[in-house]
Amino acid sequence: MMGQLAITPMAQDVPLLQVDGVTKRYGQRIGCADVSFDLFPGEVLGIVGESGSGKSTLLSCLAGHLRPDLGRVMFDTAQGPKDTLTMSETERRRLMRTDWAYVHQNPRDGLRMGVSAGGNVGERLMAVGARHYGSIRDSATDWLTRVEISAERIDDRPSAFSGGMQQRLQIARNLVTGPRLVFMDEPTGGLDVSVQARLLDLLRGLVRDMGLSAIIVTHDLAVVRLLADRLMVMKSGRVVEQGLTDQVLDDPQHAYTQLLVSSVLQV
Amino acid sequence: MTQASGPMIEISGLSKTFTLHNQNAAQIPVMAGGSLSVAAGECVGLIGQSGAGKSTLMRMIYGNYLAASGQIVVAGVNVAQAEPRQIIRLRRETLGYVSQFLRVVPRVPTVDVVAEPLLVLGVAADVARARAESLLARLNIPQRLWSLSPTTFSGGEQQRVNIARGFAHGYPVLLLDEPTASLDATNREVVLTLIEEAKARGAAIVGIFHDEGARNRVCDRVVDVTGFTPKAAA
Repeated sequence: MMGQLAITPMAQDVPLLQVDGVTKRYGQRIGCADVSFDLFPGEVLGIVGESGSGKSTLLSCLAGHLRPDLGRVMFDTAQGPKDTLTMSETERRRLMRTDWAYVHQNPRDGLRMGVSAGGNVGERLMAVGARHYGSIRDSATDWLTRVEISAERIDDRPSAFSGGMQQRLQIARNLVTGPRLVFMDEPTGGLDVSVQARLLDLLRGLVRDMGLSAIIVTHDLAVVRLLADRLMVMKSGRVVEQGLTDQVLDDPQHAYTQLLVSSVLQV
Repeated sequence: MTQASGPMIEISGLSKTFTLHNQNAAQIPVMAGGSLSVAAGECVGLIGQSGAGKSTLMRMIYGNYLAASGQIVVAGVNVAQAEPRQIIRLRRETLGYVSQFLRVVPRVPTVDVVAEPLLVLGVAADVARARAESLLARLNIPQRLWSLSPTTFSGGEQQRVNIARGFAHGYPVLLLDEPTASLDATNREVVLTLIEEAKARGAAIVGIFHDEGARNRVCDRVVDVTGFTPKAAA
């Protein structure tokens, strides 16, 4: 009965990102210490922990915003795996414009507020060499629609948008160039619960349809349960537990994870 | 990928202990010496009193609970030792699970919730939707509800949506936790027929059925998990 359904082949068994021993100190204090993991194509990794656990420091180190003191962050580029920490600044900037994307918690940090919605999306296309005005505008329109922003709003500035719309615009701006890896820092952070649900649904669909890999930092266990395949739990800069998301949440092994999971209010 | 011969599920020497770190590190042994073998086309019912470990065993087969020791080989993958991504792949292609709870992103239409397991396999959206719609129709979910999120549905409706989702893809291995629990006679019959069809196409099934009539009808044999309850320690 189901035999005729075509099943896409599994992505290659080569990690997209290999993180090895990443450590960042702020003076005597540990930002994050000795973090290692592999991320494979199409996987979504959630990183949870309370404020100050080092999850945002780690994300910044991985995304090239912060320079770790130790460790390697190997990315599978078109020329094979390369350490993004030792590559040239030009090379790393190119990666950030093409294969990588970064969604900030506050859309204001990821958008240009004085530029139109269409301009925000088109700008990233132009940064990778697109020059034809008509096709840039068409792509921008297409992406606004995909993130459920009416095409009529293309010439409006993001400052005229609601928080949820701004966040969706930031996602469109990031995904328009077809990245392979998206870093997200509390992407549903300051949004109303109903707006969060819409964003979660959108992100899930995009991850699935584009085959994206993503690393999502959040303190919201409900968000990771719905979005992440795998989960990493951080405390005091170190990874205390990692595994399949539902396994870590339903059968937590570490004392801290047990505390975290049992502290969530049930609705 | 799936093996043509030999059992689809092969469990041996399985044990499990919960350690509650925040409650004086209490150790709660819940299983010891668990074993089970299920062939393709066979349905095995788990029996035993409430708390004997039926759901625990099922969750371990799904990789939702970690095993302390032993082997859980599902279609050639030892779930007890596998990397997360191997389990993710196993769940996507081979191992389905109908739990008693529907967990979905709020506001996603019912038809998309049911079609999702096919979409993640790369099945074309129209084909996936058509399959979802035919299952929803069979399970008597009124068509006017298909475009709504199931989060506001009644318990029985949510359960049927969950079943439709679990049967959307023809998983070679299926875990069913009380699939007929709160269903009326008509829908119970539909679910039992779906199970029989899955067996006929060769699915290996492990089920928990409190409904004895349902169990007798679809299960080829039963396994009492009380035999895996740790003895003196408890």
